[in-house]
Amino acid sequence: MENVLSITTFIPLIAAAILAIFLRGEDAAAQRNAKWVALAATVVTFLVSLFILFDFDPSNTGFQFVEEREWLLGLKYKMGVDGISVLFVLLTTFMMPLSIAASWGIKTRVKEYMIAFLILETLMLGVFMALDLVLFYVFFEAGLIPMFLIIGIWGGKERIYASFKFFLYTFLGSVLMLVAMVAMFSDAGTTDIPSLMRHVFDSETFNVLGFTIVGGVQTLLFLAFFASFAVKMPMWPVHTWLPDAHVQAPTAGSVVLAAILLKMGGYGFLRFSLPMFPIGAEVLTPLVLWLSAIAIVYTSLVALAQQDMKKLIAYSSVAHMGYVTMGIFAANQQGVDGAIFQMISHGFISGALFLCVGVIYDRMHTRDIDAYGGLVNRMPSYALIFLFFTMANVGLPGTSGFIGEFLTLIGVFKANTWVAAVAATGVILSAAYALWLYRRVVMGDLIKESLKSISDMSGRERAIFAPLVAMTLLLGVYPSLVLDIIGPSTEALISQYDTALAQGGTDSAVQTAAAAN
Amino acid sequence: MIQADLNIILPEIVIAVFAMLALLGAVYTIKDKAAGMLIWLTAALFIALAFWIGTTGSGTHTAFSGMFIDDGFSRFAKVMILLSAAAVLVMGQDYMARRGLMRFEYPILIALGVVGMMMMVSAGDLMSLYMGLELQSLSLYVVASMRRDSVRSTEAGLKYFVLGALSSGLLLYGASLVYGYVGTTNFAGIIEASDGRAPLGLLLGLVFVMSGLAFKVSAVPFHMWTPDVYEGAPTPIAAFFATAPKVAAMALFARTLFDAFGGIVTDWQQILAVMSVLSIFWGSVAAIGQTDIKRLMAYSSIAHMGFALMGLAAGTEFGVQAMLIYLAIYVTMNVGTFAFILSMQRDGLPITDIRSLNLYSRANPGRALAMLVLLFSLAGVPPLVGFFGKFYVLRAAYDGGLVWLAVLGVVGSVIGAFYYLRIVYYMYFGEEGEALDPPGSPVLWSVIMVSAAIIGLAWLPGINLFGIEGAAQAAAATLVN
Repeated sequence: MENVLSITTFIPLIAAAILAIFLRGEDAAAQRNAKWVALAATVVTFLVSLFILFDFDPSNTGFQFVEEREWLLGLKYKMGVDGISVLFVLLTTFMMPLSIAASWGIKTRVKEYMIAFLILETLMLGVFMALDLVLFYVFFEAGLIPMFLIIGIWGGKERIYASFKFFLYTFLGSVLMLVAMVAMFSDAGTTDIPSLMRHVFDSETFNVLGFTIVGGVQTLLFLAFFASFAVKMPMWPVHTWLPDAHVQAPTAGSVVLAAILLKMGGYGFLRFSLPMFPIGAEVLTPLVLWLSAIAIVYTSLVALAQQDMKKLIAYSSVAHMGYVTMGIFAANQQGVDGAIFQMISHGFISGALFLCVGVIYDRMHTRDIDAYGGLVNRMPSYALIFLFFTMANVGLPGTSGFIGEFLTLIGVFKANTWVAAVAATGVILSAAYALWLYRRVVMGDLIKESLKSISDMSGRERAIFAPLVAMTLLLGVYPSLVLDIIGPSTEALISQYDTALAQGGTDSAVQTAAAAN
Repeated sequence: MIQADLNIILPEIVIAVFAMLALLGAVYTIKDKAAGMLIWLTAALFIALAFWIGTTGSGTHTAFSGMFIDDGFSRFAKVMILLSAAAVLVMGQDYMARRGLMRFEYPILIALGVVGMMMMVSAGDLMSLYMGLELQSLSLYVVASMRRDSVRSTEAGLKYFVLGALSSGLLLYGASLVYGYVGTTNFAGIIEASDGRAPLGLLLGLVFVMSGLAFKVSAVPFHMWTPDVYEGAPTPIAAFFATAPKVAAMALFARTLFDAFGGIVTDWQQILAVMSVLSIFWGSVAAIGQTDIKRLMAYSSIAHMGFALMGLAAGTEFGVQAMLIYLAIYVTMNVGTFAFILSMQRDGLPITDIRSLNLYSRANPGRALAMLVLLFSLAGVPPLVGFFGKFYVLRAAYDGGLVWLAVLGVVGSVIGAFYYLRIVYYMYFGEEGEALDPPGSPVLWSVIMVSAAIIGLAWLPGINLFGIEGAAQAAAATLVN
């Protein structure tokens, strides 16, 4: 297939258009049709995306399946994937059918709901495939619109506050990136991402209003991109939109948010920040590493204090994303490999955890931890699955969570031992909050009246969890499946980064290079 | 000689003669009963002229010894003015009929106003500039108070008149200073006399001229009339104020600055940059507390003019191109949004409170979706076309060395996003309340849908904003050289 990337990207959008135009009415039949069309479209998208995986050549570190068309203002519609992005594409197409299946219980405005999710899928896929700066921005930002509506229309009680906060926070972060993109466009004369990776931006130290900017333009550009991706990740201290958004979003919204949308930040760091502004990145690496370490410890502690299950898992997501940023900015093979692995694995695990919350929320309509207890008595298979993902979240060896955390910690240990030491405490803290949550919700005697008649998982729910369990285990015992695909690309990224630092350089970089000679 | 000159201003003559004939005809025959037909006729004439100007014009011609310039830039602006005026005329018809405002003077005044605007964008001399500006303004003062029996409408007209007269005074005073220091009112003469070095008196004149023009584009700090006039005037007229006159005034602004003061770019660049950033911020911040959608749109237009000025402030050819593209997009969005506002009514009465949109999306999913697209585009969220407008002006500002302006501009746009989102909030998330009337007019429906479709889809590769980029570039190239 020539345009396999575009086909994959736009199948959901076409399905959304079909739903919007041809599906009429609000009755049960129309609702059922909307659900099935959405499910079929996402499954087909997943199947088509498998072609990308099978035809992908991991040893080629350049971009593959490249498509190009003219666009406005000398911009291009250019798509392509490399070892870094291809698995995010797969993660997206894999998670979407599960999210749709998890939304079977939606009763209000089903058609619009499905349309919003389908459009969101197209936009998320576009983010990971875009090879033009502005095209990337378009996909990246456009995703805010459906997500804003998903939280605002189908969310919980505080949904208005959460949706506005989500939108304005992320919008503010990314407009600064827009200015940086304009600057890059002017400077390099192109918005083509592969060309920009080869372009060397000025890194002469200069003064602005009395501030000395070490690393010059690169540092400023890095900061502008950082503002956007750090909010998206989210990193401490700009993470506060995430717990609100997660808690208020419908279950599938939370799943998509945690499993895919957060990964855009990490992907952005790998695609833009490291290769395009290596010197800016080097100047600010200590800052990013320490922010990550603080995020891991601080948000883990905050998670301990939560009363709301979704909020707890949301804070745990922030902590796990801390490992990702830490691994990326360790800027060595283990760190970056681990970061990508952690993102993929967190996609499965956090998605599954939010689904676990969704299962009991659908039955009891509360997320309050105190409202539960002793579920194991009535819901044995739920208890088993929840236990499995709790353990995966903690990073138990044998699950994919372990590999990601372990690799990033190795990477950071090589780059900055103190940060690694602080971050390692996060492993213990995550065990504390996750196991404590499990004990309070599942273990013990079933004493609450309201829970006496709760039913175990249905066939549909089991079917949703099965692929997630399989993937988490598979990647846990056979990580090469992922590492072999991303390895060559990350290796190329690291060597390019190191060369750029050795050549150009801040004063310190030049000095270290001189000392090494 | 005179024959050649008259040929160049033929489109203006056609509209002026049409307006006078229509006036005579209507006065001596059926008066207000002719209004509906006249509206359609005027709109048809506008569209025909837009096609004529857009397809046949070529090259640069001057008439009346440089008083009137017909070039790519003026043609681009004229097409925009004519098309938006036609759209607004047609879509306001239903509203005017319901309110008993179907007076035959309405299309005639609009036609005369449009002649004034066409004069403005073609002005090559401070005299013709003033002439066009006043012809436009006088028509607008009268239409603003079309509802003679409404206190608010007459108040709007009066306020507009008093402040408009003040700004005209400023402009005239500036023009006299300019004349005093360079000895000519002709743009070509001014630029020759001021090349690179500007005497203080000329600068003072420039500042006054710019103040007068800033009033017309409603840039902060000369914006205070805008919300009151928008709110007080009947909605179709507010829609008109938000579109064609803004284009004309911005084009005139660009024309004056580049043709007459193009030698002292750095002197006016600073003023424009400051006005731009103030407009963006004030337009965004002041709108937060508003619940009247017309006042909201007034502040929104202030903020958008700030972005258009950003392109102009760059002082480059690309900046002018960006401004023209921005204006074209802005006009399209505003036509659609005002068509939506026109369709808002309850029990036959117009409603402008955004809180009345409670869960509008449930009753009218199609219109709500179209409005959603327009609102996100106004906020500048990609992939909608409004974002590309912002991208162009940001790029122009950056290339023009105004990085601080670009940064402050985008931060302002985030603040502005809040109030657009609030309308989305009422339409989609609100509580179900008393419903609005089912929308009636198919004309309004098609205007909303067409503009939303343009805004939602024109960025696609293959459509590429209908090639407006190239046209704007050619237009900008004729102005800046």
